[in-house]
Amino acid sequence: MSEAVTLRIWRGDAEGGEFREYQTSTSEGEVILDVIHRIQAEQANDLAVRWNCKAGKCGSCSAEVDGKPCLLCMTRMDLFETDETITVAPLKAFPVSRDLVTDVSLNYELAKKVPPFNPVPPEPDGTYRMQQIDIERVQEFHKCIECFLCQNVCHVIRDHDDNKKHFAGPRLFIRVASLDMHPLDATDRKDLLADELGLGMCNITKCCTEVCPENIRITDNAIIPLKERVVSRRYDPVVWLGRKLRSRT
Amino acid sequence: MEPLVTVGVLSAFVVYGTFVAFVNTDYFVDPYLSPFFSPCLASNCEEATWDLFGTHWGFSPALLILPFPLGFRLTCYYYRKAYYRSFLWSPPACAVSDFRSSYTGETKFPLILQNVHRYFFFLALPFPIILLYDALRAFRFEGEFGMGLGTLILLANAVLLGLYTLSCHSCRHLVGGGINLLSQAPIRRRLWGVSTRLNARHMQYAWVSLFGVLIADLYVRLLANGVFSDPRFF
Repeated sequence: MSEAVTLRIWRGDAEGGEFREYQTSTSEGEVILDVIHRIQAEQANDLAVRWNCKAGKCGSCSAEVDGKPCLLCMTRMDLFETDETITVAPLKAFPVSRDLVTDVSLNYELAKKVPPFNPVPPEPDGTYRMQQIDIERVQEFHKCIECFLCQNVCHVIRDHDDNKKHFAGPRLFIRVASLDMHPLDATDRKDLLADELGLGMCNITKCCTEVCPENIRITDNAIIPLKERVVSRRYDPVVWLGRKLRSRT
Repeated sequence: MEPLVTVGVLSAFVVYGTFVAFVNTDYFVDPYLSPFFSPCLASNCEEATWDLFGTHWGFSPALLILPFPLGFRLTCYYYRKAYYRSFLWSPPACAVSDFRSSYTGETKFPLILQNVHRYFFFLALPFPIILLYDALRAFRFEGEFGMGLGTLILLANAVLLGLYTLSCHSCRHLVGGGINLLSQAPIRRRLWGVSTRLNARHMQYAWVSLFGVLIADLYVRLLANGVFSDPRFF
């Protein structure tokens, strides 16, 4: 059985735009992306929306629904009241390309600052071995689908344009954590984190964790452990003394 | 609503704690010692745990110890989230604009001092043990073994404070989170596993232990003022 529904969708481009209201119908089990596709097919053929898998795994359809960053394909219509007008806007933190599509290339530019995986020398038999306990910590971070909802909701990026060039953001902190905690990686990224990626800018308000569709515990398992590693490097005289003593023996 | 509740509860706790510390009376009713004054380290204590400062200390003995748990909570990763959101509105809620136009996070003074959290962790670590000692002492009534409602309250307070302290992010890092090859450090791996499980509930422990301290002090204070008498189980 279908029900009437009203959506306010942001239409425009980098120059500017406005919200336009569309009335259409929705059926049981649908998500917002289904309804937007219906509007696109029946009323606004030129409506731009990025999507791909419709299964919450490609990270393409990120947008803001009633002000909350989310994946359009994972936001069910039955979350809303039938007489409610649903507002759909593009991600606020990134420049709009057109309608609901934003230019997220900034994230790829920032990613170039992170040195890639650098394996330690192989064992004498020429192979690498890892224990499950050592690798499972970083496996959580590999679930990231690069939807950039965490980057979008992070107030350091979202509300302060001047920070965008020197603050890597939660997505890239996950990336660094997956490398820095890797049992076979040989590169030290702690100074990079403090000096160039702006780890100290994060004030751990956990919004990134709240919006992550993969339920990665970004703050608790990546950002705070990285902060603690930087503290050991920069602010812990006990660790500093221990390192000095070890290097002399 | 959430920032409002946080502001209300944290402000009330600070006001209550300051009042209790400076009033400096009614914190001991044999065998119960208020956690705000434990360990009591001066001669002017109603019940000295260890007379470390003797008569050299003339102010409230609570002032000798409160800076340590206070610093631990103030720099705690969870409380930072709570007060950045509710007091500084940085941000007030997710996807809601920051109150201030400029932002430097924890890179400049004074917020760069948040990095001392692990030292406050070391300083706060003895407190649950001392409070547990107080709770065990509270099983003795005039030389006889017994148990009152106050005993259970002090015991619960010590346990909750222990859970809050051991679930700390710095603790999790120090016991094993800082190393990548946990497989080569079996003891640290176990400790890290326990700390990780506790850490998942750090926020809950932070709040419950805060109320635990408050309730324990209030209970002792009401007993001392004769508002009611302590129910004894045996």
